[in-house]
Amino acid sequence: MKIGVPKEIFEGEARVAMTPDSATQLQKLGYDCAIETGAGALAGFSDATYEAAGVEIIKTPAALFKAVDIVAKVRPPSETETKRLKAGQTLISFFWPGQNEALMELARSKGANVIAMDMVPRISRAQKMDALSSMANIAGYRAVIEAGNNFGRFFTGQVTAAGKVPPAKVLIVGAGVAGLAAIGTATSLGAITYAFDVRPEVAEQIESMGAEFVFLEFDEQQQDGAATGGYAAPSSPEFREKQLAKFRELAPEIDIVITTALIPGRDAPKLWLEDMVAAMKPGSVVVDLAAEKGGNCDLTVMDQKIVSDNGVTIIGYTDFPSRMAAQASTLYSNNVRHMMSDLTPEKDGQVAHNMEDDVIRGATVTYAKEITFPPPPPKIRAIAVQKKEVVKELTAEEKRAAEVAAFKKTTKQQVGLLVGGAVLMLIVGAFAPASFMQHFIVFVLACFIGFQVIWNVSHALHTPLMAVTNAISGIVVLGALLQIGSGNWLVVVLASISVLIATINVVGGFLVTRRMLAMFQKS
Amino acid sequence: MSIGIVSAAYIAAAVLFILSLGGLSNQENAKRAVWYGIAGMGLAILATVFGPGIGNWLIILVMLGIGSYLGYMVAGKVEMTEMPQLVAALHSFVGLAAVFIGLNADLELGSINAMREAGESLESLAGFSAALAKKTGVEIAIMKVEVFLGVFIGAVTFTGSIVAFGKLAGKLDGKPKKLPGGHMLNASALALSLVLGIMYFNGAGVWTILAVIVIAGFIGYHLIMGIGGADMPVVVSMLNSYSGWAAAAIGFTLGNDLLIVTGALVGSSGAILSYIMCKAMNRKFVSVILGGFGGSTGPAMEVEGEQISIDADGVAAALNDADSIVIIPGYGMAVAQAQQSVSELVRKLRAADKEVRFAIHPVAGRLPGHMNVLLAEARVPYDIVMEMDEINGDFPKTDVAIVIGSNDIVNPAAQDDPNSPIAGMPVLECWKAKQVFVSKRGQGTGYSGIENPLFYKENTRMFYGDAKASVDSLLPKID
Repeated sequence: MKIGVPKEIFEGEARVAMTPDSATQLQKLGYDCAIETGAGALAGFSDATYEAAGVEIIKTPAALFKAVDIVAKVRPPSETETKRLKAGQTLISFFWPGQNEALMELARSKGANVIAMDMVPRISRAQKMDALSSMANIAGYRAVIEAGNNFGRFFTGQVTAAGKVPPAKVLIVGAGVAGLAAIGTATSLGAITYAFDVRPEVAEQIESMGAEFVFLEFDEQQQDGAATGGYAAPSSPEFREKQLAKFRELAPEIDIVITTALIPGRDAPKLWLEDMVAAMKPGSVVVDLAAEKGGNCDLTVMDQKIVSDNGVTIIGYTDFPSRMAAQASTLYSNNVRHMMSDLTPEKDGQVAHNMEDDVIRGATVTYAKEITFPPPPPKIRAIAVQKKEVVKELTAEEKRAAEVAAFKKTTKQQVGLLVGGAVLMLIVGAFAPASFMQHFIVFVLACFIGFQVIWNVSHALHTPLMAVTNAISGIVVLGALLQIGSGNWLVVVLASISVLIATINVVGGFLVTRRMLAMFQKS
Repeated sequence: MSIGIVSAAYIAAAVLFILSLGGLSNQENAKRAVWYGIAGMGLAILATVFGPGIGNWLIILVMLGIGSYLGYMVAGKVEMTEMPQLVAALHSFVGLAAVFIGLNADLELGSINAMREAGESLESLAGFSAALAKKTGVEIAIMKVEVFLGVFIGAVTFTGSIVAFGKLAGKLDGKPKKLPGGHMLNASALALSLVLGIMYFNGAGVWTILAVIVIAGFIGYHLIMGIGGADMPVVVSMLNSYSGWAAAAIGFTLGNDLLIVTGALVGSSGAILSYIMCKAMNRKFVSVILGGFGGSTGPAMEVEGEQISIDADGVAAALNDADSIVIIPGYGMAVAQAQQSVSELVRKLRAADKEVRFAIHPVAGRLPGHMNVLLAEARVPYDIVMEMDEINGDFPKTDVAIVIGSNDIVNPAAQDDPNSPIAGMPVLECWKAKQVFVSKRGQGTGYSGIENPLFYKENTRMFYGDAKASVDSLLPKID
């Protein structure tokens, strides 16, 4: 089968869905590759390099769509492009099926099978084809670079002969893939980086990237990211107020804000309001990675860079990955290539569209003239569900009541034990002779002392305790000594053996204990 | 020496023994405490030997001499990893001695009765036999009960300890084994020995007590054979307890208070240790003794993911980056004799100003406190060796946790999976650390045969290989 890649027709789009490298890999899977002339030019891949990699160059998009069985693209197809699809053809591209229902219907009526790269489920196995993540990673990186480009100072603090330079303070809102990439870039440039996310479980990831987690004191348990496939869920109004108050507090000292907060299937939440922009120092920069969905910042204008009245630059570009077309094309074409290798388990150049496979099923939006969106939930959960701690705070009275109850319980137990013991003693005393009772008292008291003493023994010394009790249980030697003077030869023999082995016990036990204890030392 | 002075010496010895046990509350006091014990024992033996009614001095001297020499040799030669088997072996001696002494008491009784019937004067008797001759009928009956108890417990301790020794020394298979009939066999053996005991009280003769010894020996053997390797800490402390009770029973027989006191101290010490060990495994004492894990109530949770292995370079890099490190040793470390290498690793890491600590689970190893002794031998300072409760809360703040040769004590299924056979057992929560490395021979399960979800966790990396070789390969890579 043949895979073809047309030139992206969306204005300003520089990426391409196939690179010479990925073409080589696709050929290994058994596919023939074709590309529209000049498709890779903006990303830095000339037709010549494609030809060198064995890719057929096709002059017009119409001819390409006609010649190939699989079309791979970056942006969702335009209406014209969709109309060119033929029955049984497979289209792989970003598709945004939730927002593009008309397009989906058109593709269905054409009989094309559409695999939406943006619908790849977020499970470990599918990470290699998760184009959203690979693009978000680039966007995060580029956002910092873009901010630096518009920021008039260093990121890192320096003390130079010409004066002291304070380090830039960067706040990243939303620690998804883009947010984390931005944190990594900002910290490695030397900025002091803060990051905020509504999902408390990402605090660790934030800190691992070297940023400080902006902690929000809030009682309400945020919904676990696991329930929404690793994405954030909308937060309650109270939480939002708390959050905004925190941002307001931070705004005056922050030089660069990068917002990446998106909630799947909704407009981006407004998190950086007009008054916060007003509170920022002139020359500061806001980069809004959510501009396509309306922006996290009040002032954001999609696809534009504006400067606010107080001199804060607000960047609302939506084409960050495209601005790094070479890198983005490499990663995206690899994502596509991995998708193809999952679609080609036999490596025979034939697509086996397995609708039982979680990943393929999840990404497919039209198949065999049917709309298959939205997909059923994947069989494997994206992230292990975190255990909810259900420790209830006890009030003072409850605590007190619990203490009293516990005290009563132990009292009851102890009294019960004492009474039981006393009754037992009485019964023994009633029948046993006086001489026995004398020894019995000693026995009971010794048990009692033993129990009291042994509880205090440190855990670390349990082995020496065993060795020393072993040694002193060699006290049976006394019994043997008392008997050894007997007139009966058998008694003497047995008693002698007992003396012998009990002595081994005593000497061996004590010496080995001493050896052990001598080893314990403080640092 | 008069009876009075002997008694005074006994009191002093008893006090010294109590002090010696009480002194084990911390490492520094313990070093003094062991001398109290030695002094007490010396005092007791001297007082007895020079006390009234002792004969055959030569034999005593020779036996004490040989015994001391052998004890000295054993104590000097034993490796610290062999402590469990040594302790078990020594327990068997106490058991055997108790059997012999009990038997002797009965033999003496027989000869006194023979002398009575022959009309010989009992005035010539001295020491123990003299005391025996003065006993009234009821006292004799009680003494017979005591002899029976002493001999029975002694014999169980003897064979049980020998089996435990065999298992710990690797001379016997560590897996639980039972003869056909299982617990019923034990129960009927117990019933049979009770019947024999009653016959013995009614004067059926020495053969009954000999039969009891054989049967009790069988019970001890069969009981311990049925208990698996990981339950050994409980078994050894239980046998420790038995040896104490045997000594106490002998003390009653002979009317010797010091024996009673010491036996009771040892008995209760062993009982408490067994209790602590059982609690650490969240298991009932009875179920440990009867062997095997309690029935699980449903299928175990499925473990998802895969075990990801890592090489020494990866582990070393993580260790170099880490600030706080917790090491969790288990029986595998003892088997591989890796404690010296681990200690060397710790020294290097500490020299690099990293916080390194050890987390010890109460049942790690084959003897209560086994790991502590091994680490002490390798000169790991005891103030960085922590108990489970002390350190469990610190794991979330730990960069790297290294699990060396332990399995069940770090199994998260104990907390997460109510159907797991070890559900509810307190475990070291090492998976909360940022990274976990597990040094392990291969992919097998632990003693209990339970899958360990820890090995499949995202932050866990498996460092396969012999513990000692693995740790040694790390050493040159740490800077």
